[in-house]
Amino acid sequence: MAMTDPSSDGRFGDFGGMFVPETLIPACEALEEAFRTAWADISFREELNTLLADYAGRPSPLTQCERLSEELGYQVLLKREDLNHTGSHKINNVLGQALLAKKMGKSRLVAETGAGQHGVATATAAALFGMDCVVYMGEVDIERQALNVFRMRLLGAEVVSATSGSKTLKDAINEAMRDWVATVEDSHYCLGSVMGPHPYPWMVREFHRVIGLEAHEQCQKTLGRNPDVVTACVGGGSNALGIFSGFVDTEAELVGVEPAGGAAVFRGTPGVVHGSLSYLMQDEWGQVLEAESISAGLDYPGIGPEHAHLAHIGRARYEKVSDSEVIDAFQLLSRTEGIIPALEPAHALAWMSRAREELTGKTVLLNLSGRGDKDATQMMDLLG
Amino acid sequence: MIQEPLRIERALRKRIETGGKCLVPYITGGFDGYIEAIYAAAESGADAIEIGIPFSDPVMDGPTIQKANDIVLSKKVSPLDILQEIRGLDIEVPLAVMTYYNIVYRFGLERFANALYESGISGAILPDLPLNEAEHWITAASENGTETVLLAAPTTTDKRLENLCAQSKGFVYAVGLLGITGVRAELARSAVVIAGRCKSITDKPVLVGVGIGTPQQAREVSEVADGCIVGSAIVQKLLDNEGPESVGSFVADIRATLDES
Ligand SMILES: Cc1ncc(COP(=O)(O)O)c(C=O)c1O
Repeated sequence: MAMTDPSSDGRFGDFGGMFVPETLIPACEALEEAFRTAWADISFREELNTLLADYAGRPSPLTQCERLSEELGYQVLLKREDLNHTGSHKINNVLGQALLAKKMGKSRLVAETGAGQHGVATATAAALFGMDCVVYMGEVDIERQALNVFRMRLLGAEVVSATSGSKTLKDAINEAMRDWVATVEDSHYCLGSVMGPHPYPWMVREFHRVIGLEAHEQCQKTLGRNPDVVTACVGGGSNALGIFSGFVDTEAELVGVEPAGGAAVFRGTPGVVHGSLSYLMQDEWGQVLEAESISAGLDYPGIGPEHAHLAHIGRARYEKVSDSEVIDAFQLLSRTEGIIPALEPAHALAWMSRAREELTGKTVLLNLSGRGDKDATQMMDLLG
Repeated sequence: MIQEPLRIERALRKRIETGGKCLVPYITGGFDGYIEAIYAAAESGADAIEIGIPFSDPVMDGPTIQKANDIVLSKKVSPLDILQEIRGLDIEVPLAVMTYYNIVYRFGLERFANALYESGISGAILPDLPLNEAEHWITAASENGTETVLLAAPTTTDKRLENLCAQSKGFVYAVGLLGITGVRAELARSAVVIAGRCKSITDKPVLVGVGIGTPQQAREVSEVADGCIVGSAIVQKLLDNEGPESVGSFVADIRATLDES
């Protein structure tokens, strides 16, 4: 069975691990212990479930798409993570981590963000729990996601510009880790995807498992069966693992979609960065390459270690799409269903649109991981 | 292939046994003038020298070393270029490289260990390769006698610390503060505390690094530790275009201050 717990050394197959400075090892070990205990504790689960329901608005609906299905020539269902509070799936993970951090006695949350969705979610949870919050964001992303920067500041978070390297998500993670190395005693690093050192890839997946659980149940109700294909965009890969977890033990084909400019599975080789061993875009000497994507949230040269494992064993398949295909898909969903998607899930839709022939006669479930408000300015400039 | 065993540890012990304190400067490999800076440091009283091999994502490093890294990387200097240049050095003082694990992993563990050996480099310091993950590398490295220096942090538990000190080779690198490399106005109290904790459980040399940037801080921490590593303050001189001689005179200053006490 795929997608079980990692081994005691934090591995999914050959991938994962805990490659962090010694300073952080005790914190990672304490976090693993705290998460393991909390996750087995019914009262923690209940507290989190209440937050997810009453604060974040779960369960998120499953939408059957009539006009889009007609346009694509096969049946399409959307898991509506865009309707969660703060506008994306990121809130599931953040509420879990913030609750855990509070129980661990931490008073400050540190986060990185690409598109700003994870940063907004973290700033939101910090406001809710009365914690301090600092969010690192690449200089380039601060510019293209100005709305989210404003939202984070409004929520009381400090947004710090990461000016090194490619000035995007990868560099924001470097800065967040450097902050954590210095503040580990009172700060929790609220990592935003299924990457980083053990236990993050496992813990973040578990906090997003709710997407898959709900979707599985909703599919039984709506379709009376499982979809044939389940697809999601992959930056680090958290929304994808969330929805995959509900279908990994079914016959459904699992398809992760990466931007062509940040396709860790296609263009990557095994490497170690940000705490784990996974597929990574790097040069022949191990210098990490800069990803390039229209979407700030997918602009990452790596991929979570469990995705590397799923790709390696062939349980999931990974596709890549170009920026221009994404722009088309962004408009397609807006026009046919009245749903403006975030640029990230528009990647998965772009693949669906390209793969029409292959998908004919099938039922496809797309994880619509976020809504497109944050991308409106950028798209306005592009589309005029 | 095996090098003269424990070259770094023996060099440091020699200093300690004569009542002295150890000084290990850090110099960014591939930076303009770094070879001359290595010679200058060696002639000015360094007991061993750490040579940084730049990595694109150095999470343990602060702005100074990051900047030097970026300059070297922008000139497309490869790890192999640096190792090959070092190979030509005629130097008595033992050398260690400091880099991040992906550079080693990508090179291939055995191939990297061999490359170090062929360049006459005695040790390796890999700040993002904690003991839990280090087994494969330590095995490959010890094949030809490379000393893998392990880092001990203020947050390290007593139990881990014991294991870590037992397995570290060359010396124990005690991280002086919670944080990344960079010069600080004052010596952190944690530097003395971690040095003391290490000293109480190991007879290996214990050197404190991170946050040691002045001769006074070096002397202060060496009241408890066997010595220190000075990085950012030295790299800053290279960044400021003060030239390799300035590295030599700064190392000589620290040496003199350490020798006074
Ligand atoms: C809406 C949305 N989807 C997806 C992602 C990518 O993250 P992941 O691959 O972890 O799901 C982001 C990241 O910012 C996002 O905002």
